[in-house]
Amino acid sequence: MPKVKVDGVEIDVPTGATVLQACELAGKEIPRFCYHERLSIAGNCRMCLVEVKPGPPKPQASCALPAAEGQEIRTDSEMVKKAREGVMEFLLINHPLDCPICDQGGECDLQDQSVAYGRGASRYDENKRAVTEKYMGPLIKTTMTRCIHCTRCVRFSEEIAGVDEIGALYRGENMQITTYLEHAAKHEMSANVIDLCPVGALTSRPYAFEARPWELKKTLGIDVSDATGANIRIDARGREVLRVLPRNNDDVNEEWISDKARYMVDGLTKRRLDKPFLRRDGKLVAVSWNEAFAAIATLNPGNSIAAVAGDMVDCETMFAAKKLVGALGSTLIEGRQTGMDYATDSLAAVNFNTTFSGIETADAILIAGSNVRWEAPLLNVRLRKAVKRGAKVFLVGPEWETTFGGQFLGEDLSVLGNLPQNVADALSNAKRPAVILGGAALGRGGLEAGLALAAQFNLVRDLEDGTKWNGFNVLHMAAARMGGLMLGYAQKGGIADLVAAKPKVLLALGADEVDFTQFAGSMIVYIGHHGDKGAHAADVILPASAYTEKAGTYVNTEGRVQWADKAVFAPGDAREDWTILRALADAFGVSVGFDTFDQLRNAMIAEVPALGSEGLADYGSVLPLGGGSAAGQIAYPIKDFYMTNPIARASAVMQRCSAEILHGEELAEAAE
Amino acid sequence: MADRYIEPDTPELRARWGNFAWTSENAEKAKEVVARYPEGRQRSAVMPLLDLAQRQVGAEENTQGWLPIPVMEYIAAYLDMPIIRVVEVATFYTMYNIAPIGRFHVQVCGTTPCMLRGSDDLLATCKSRGMKKGHISEDGLWSFTEVECMGNCASAPMVQINDDNYEDLTSERLNAVLDALARGETPKAGTQDPARHTVEPVGEPTSLAAMITENHDYRSEW
Repeated sequence: MPKVKVDGVEIDVPTGATVLQACELAGKEIPRFCYHERLSIAGNCRMCLVEVKPGPPKPQASCALPAAEGQEIRTDSEMVKKAREGVMEFLLINHPLDCPICDQGGECDLQDQSVAYGRGASRYDENKRAVTEKYMGPLIKTTMTRCIHCTRCVRFSEEIAGVDEIGALYRGENMQITTYLEHAAKHEMSANVIDLCPVGALTSRPYAFEARPWELKKTLGIDVSDATGANIRIDARGREVLRVLPRNNDDVNEEWISDKARYMVDGLTKRRLDKPFLRRDGKLVAVSWNEAFAAIATLNPGNSIAAVAGDMVDCETMFAAKKLVGALGSTLIEGRQTGMDYATDSLAAVNFNTTFSGIETADAILIAGSNVRWEAPLLNVRLRKAVKRGAKVFLVGPEWETTFGGQFLGEDLSVLGNLPQNVADALSNAKRPAVILGGAALGRGGLEAGLALAAQFNLVRDLEDGTKWNGFNVLHMAAARMGGLMLGYAQKGGIADLVAAKPKVLLALGADEVDFTQFAGSMIVYIGHHGDKGAHAADVILPASAYTEKAGTYVNTEGRVQWADKAVFAPGDAREDWTILRALADAFGVSVGFDTFDQLRNAMIAEVPALGSEGLADYGSVLPLGGGSAAGQIAYPIKDFYMTNPIARASAVMQRCSAEILHGEELAEAAE
Repeated sequence: MADRYIEPDTPELRARWGNFAWTSENAEKAKEVVARYPEGRQRSAVMPLLDLAQRQVGAEENTQGWLPIPVMEYIAAYLDMPIIRVVEVATFYTMYNIAPIGRFHVQVCGTTPCMLRGSDDLLATCKSRGMKKGHISEDGLWSFTEVECMGNCASAPMVQINDDNYEDLTSERLNAVLDALARGETPKAGTQDPARHTVEPVGEPTSLAAMITENHDYRSEW
């Protein structure tokens, strides 16, 4: 713990800290462009200059200078002020003064810092450098003349994403940031470079010229595009969500989100269900709410009713539906739409117990049946970190392009019962072994085989430092899954139990992946927000709210309970899901015991107390024994990363990504 | 220097260089180069290998050699590294030619010492022979670049042509060198001043004169 003096105040800093971090600890703001906490240190923007004694009698780049015992650091001296002004002036020499037409305006580091630390005017009257635009794919818009060569984007793609595709070509003044031959950036996290870019060189293409940051209402939300529950900020103007940005949460998403989480929001305005619909003579016709409710009520299902929860619904919706179904005397509720029927007696057995930040410290990881890059891009980032720390990774399933190496053991689940010797050795010698079961491994005995491995390799253990380690993980793909399981949305036989019960009425809560032909005899009431597969099969459509249009509780695959706020109102006649279910209760003439959202939430928390506190729910660490053998070819359920949910399928941006990045279509750029 | 750009990736370029591979001789050399670096650090060989590739391209088309995109991709695959990292290196160092080049790459130094000793005449000579910046002469012989200091100031002005330096030039001496090269001869590299052997002082030594014939201890005189 070196002691340093920052502007005359003595503080202790952690060993290995840089001078910049020391200054931050002392509460001093150090301007910077290239330095970023989560990236390696480049030291090329020179904005973080401070005066350090002992040392050469000149300003030093604080981001790259280790804090050492007895240093006297000044951030307020004349030398520092002059140095900052000088660096700022140099940076602005080749930076165009086009802030009025730049999308970064209002949230631009260069703009802010030139106001705070610049000298106010330039003495430069030569020509400025100009750089040609570079194509970086459908998500990233480039104006490379604005680039100040901080290389954050290069470091991000190399270090975090693990796909070396952005580089700095040429040298000196002629340096240019580009992807190889201007190919589209091809990974699931590519748009994070837009947030990283301190200037307007890389901006968001779909959001180009849409709004200024100060016009936007910012709402804290939770992403539902996968089960990682990334923390997002929803930026809306009026009734339209214009963009989604990541929020910092070191436990979940650090400060990244996947491209799908970021860009599927334009789908929120397309293919929306904004009126109730009723199927008459085989055709869906728009009706009033009263007519729709009357039609459902006349059916008088009694206890012949069932509910299926979709992948993106919040816990409140599921709870309200559970209460409604329960009030009618039925217990048929299910969330695993595609027919999976793994045992859910112990939630610890279907949870990502290690946690995302924990998996970084694992030293041997066996992944079975998960294309992590597509199923949970944020987890992939963590796995890459684990491998960088020395973890060995083994994968079971068809090969996919990992960003962290790893050894593929075979495509058949039976490998789990018969691990190669080197894998078994690695897992049994590891201090922190972990197993991750993906959705493709959960069926056909995969969960039991995984649990058997957990017992065999003693995945639940006390570590030497006294902390507990639970290395057994299940990686879900649906944002609603863990919440649904906590609320009991699981039948013993999966959705087959619902099919067998032949319910008169089937409530589909945003369920779009169900094979509705199985429910040919039921009246399908679709309560959802997009005219997708579920709505096509529905007999009654009750328009509901998407994840940005309602407050809700979500539980991610780690069992982390998180709350999201309502950013905008649903379009047209659409209502919040719970109000629809409440009104349905009236139509059926039963009581569900809540009239307001708060009552609903309190009732839910009373039933499942874990949903009442933000953070990891405690499922205990006792795993069922498992056993038996798993067999069968693994087939990953996600065929197209950009098209996994109804919002994304409705999104023009996601469609274009899918066409261009995954299917390699050469799309002509829209004429500008 | 400012206008260095990668030769565009066209189907013709792919057709011409797409199946680039080491000659058997260069394959041996490449193996030897890679072996110089410790296990896991093979990427470090990218610079010597790019040079080797450039020379092989040069030998194939009888020029100084350059690096077409498919050749850079070949190196990237050979070293199992991302192509963008290879391109970064190739575009950074000006000794890698990233666009087609002539048989002889004439690089005239125009920095202060050379300029004071008459590099303007050399530039004029080159210009009169039809060389211009970033352009290959019609006969395919000459490419021309004005460069900054090459570190031969003691025998300025100088010109670097491919791997050799020609120093102490005048317009006539440069013409003689270029004529010899055009005839396919190999003129003597180094100083072109017949009175000079290397970069020893021209005429009498003007400093440390007492050291000429015998060792002399200057210390008492300081």
